[in-house]
Amino acid sequence: MSLIELRDLTHVYSQGTPFEKTAIDSLSLAIEAGQTVGLIGHTGSGKSTLISHLNALLKPTSGTVLLDGDDIFASKASIRAARFRVGVVFQYPEYQLFEETVFADIAYGPKNLKLDGPEIDRRVREAAAFVGLDAGVFDRSPLELSGGQKRRAAIAGVLAMEPDVLVLDEPTAGLDPAGREDLLGRLFRWRQVRDATILLVTHDMSIANRCDRLVVMSEGRIVLDGTPEAVFSHGEQLLSIGLDLPAAAHIAGLLREQGLDLPAGIYTLDRLAEAILALRGKEASPC
Amino acid sequence: MDPVIRIKNISYTYPDADRPALDGVSLDIMPGAFTAVLGSNGSGKSTLAKHLNAILVPQSGKVFVDGMDTIDEGNLLAIRRRVGMVFQNPDNQIVANVVEDDVAFAPENLGVEPKEIRRRVDAALKQVGMYDFRLHAPHLLSGGQKQRVAIAGVLAMDPEVLVLDEPTAMLDPRGRREVLDAVEALCRERGITVVLITHHMDEAVGADRVLVLDRGRIALDGTPQQIFSQTAALQALRLTVPDTVALTVRLNAAGMALPTDALTPAECAAAIWEALR
Repeated sequence: MSLIELRDLTHVYSQGTPFEKTAIDSLSLAIEAGQTVGLIGHTGSGKSTLISHLNALLKPTSGTVLLDGDDIFASKASIRAARFRVGVVFQYPEYQLFEETVFADIAYGPKNLKLDGPEIDRRVREAAAFVGLDAGVFDRSPLELSGGQKRRAAIAGVLAMEPDVLVLDEPTAGLDPAGREDLLGRLFRWRQVRDATILLVTHDMSIANRCDRLVVMSEGRIVLDGTPEAVFSHGEQLLSIGLDLPAAAHIAGLLREQGLDLPAGIYTLDRLAEAILALRGKEASPC
Repeated sequence: MDPVIRIKNISYTYPDADRPALDGVSLDIMPGAFTAVLGSNGSGKSTLAKHLNAILVPQSGKVFVDGMDTIDEGNLLAIRRRVGMVFQNPDNQIVANVVEDDVAFAPENLGVEPKEIRRRVDAALKQVGMYDFRLHAPHLLSGGQKQRVAIAGVLAMDPEVLVLDEPTAMLDPRGRREVLDAVEALCRERGITVVLITHHMDEAVGADRVLVLDRGRIALDGTPQQIFSQTAALQALRLTVPDTVALTVRLNAAGMALPTDALTPAECAAAIWEALR
């Protein structure tokens, strides 16, 4: 049984009005426990609508959302359970900090879980450590933190719920390259330690190519689904729906056009460098 | 030729900050130049941008726009007309319900003649490729389209300088491309001076000049070729090199002798092809 399963999900906004828009169109998707799944697609392709169904913020117009095989909309209790098991970090979550102190903000979720004081304290500290937020800032107002610290505090608030599934919408937008790298590394480490599942919504192909699996959306449907290697071998299709290729896949494509005999499915700089050096070895050797 | 913006040894510290956001920056920006500004979060990029049209004025040092001192309030309107700003979030910059009304907002406020407003609005929308959308509702446009409307709104003021503070951070790849192409065309075809602040190294590749800020100071200043060949220095400043350079560096470390100034994927592929032939 899959951890999350969307069955024939459709979501129509403003149904029955002139502004009616089908954001998700008969989409089916199963996500297995322990995967790191990248969800990519242009603005308006339905990604945000899709993730809002995973913790019951949106109700499907038709179709079902299953968590461990059970319909999350079956009862109030199952909706509540889904909110605790599926943690969603929306874009620019730092705008959602609202408590008086950083500690209180991170503790907000665990408090709602009615955990006792020592357990809340443990979870806050652990979550803060995972995102690299120093305990020295716990008593400060979230408003006094730097942009990068605010982002970390907001993500820690979701990690402190200890969800089984962590959904993040563009978690690294606006961060500098080192900050991007650091945060991603920490999220991947969290997934490993907690044996959790991550669904990462991103436009950044250099992030996407580190996922186990990529799901590509366009016009409310899934158009590609597979390993990064498989997905990035559909270069022209990705470009035609407004997406990019990782630079390595782009350069490899240009070299193939020139007539260089590179193997298919190259999407990382490591693989590309390796393949180019192998060709060089071949040509340098006497034959 | 005189610089359009002259910055002389400026410093600025925000209230309650433990260190200055800008710490002795001097810089001349020449008319028509495309300058990219890089730097980690908190390096002072946005603070510098806000000094270019007197949103902030320096606590010490001077900023001159076309020779006008930004600290003199009498110059404020003239400076804002010459230096237009575009910010990260397009949703915060759109005020009207129809695209062309939004673009007309600034010239209307400047008291420009209605006929001239019409001309400027049409020209600005054409320049960013949004003329066909002039009667659309802005909130129904894509991020890249909204951001181009925001740029058109600034262009309708007929500025000399366009300052963009991470204009693509919230956009998808197609939106990023649309905005960058529009900005490049404004610089290359219309001669508008561009200052582009970005976290994406590949957006700086086409600039005439790249500045790297670090803790409120200019750490590196040169052509993209000069800057992006300094892999170690950039890493120390929490930045990276474009993937093209990373690949070249890796191949050269393995014994190839590729030129280090191939910055675009096309240039990089051509250099590799040349070396293997």
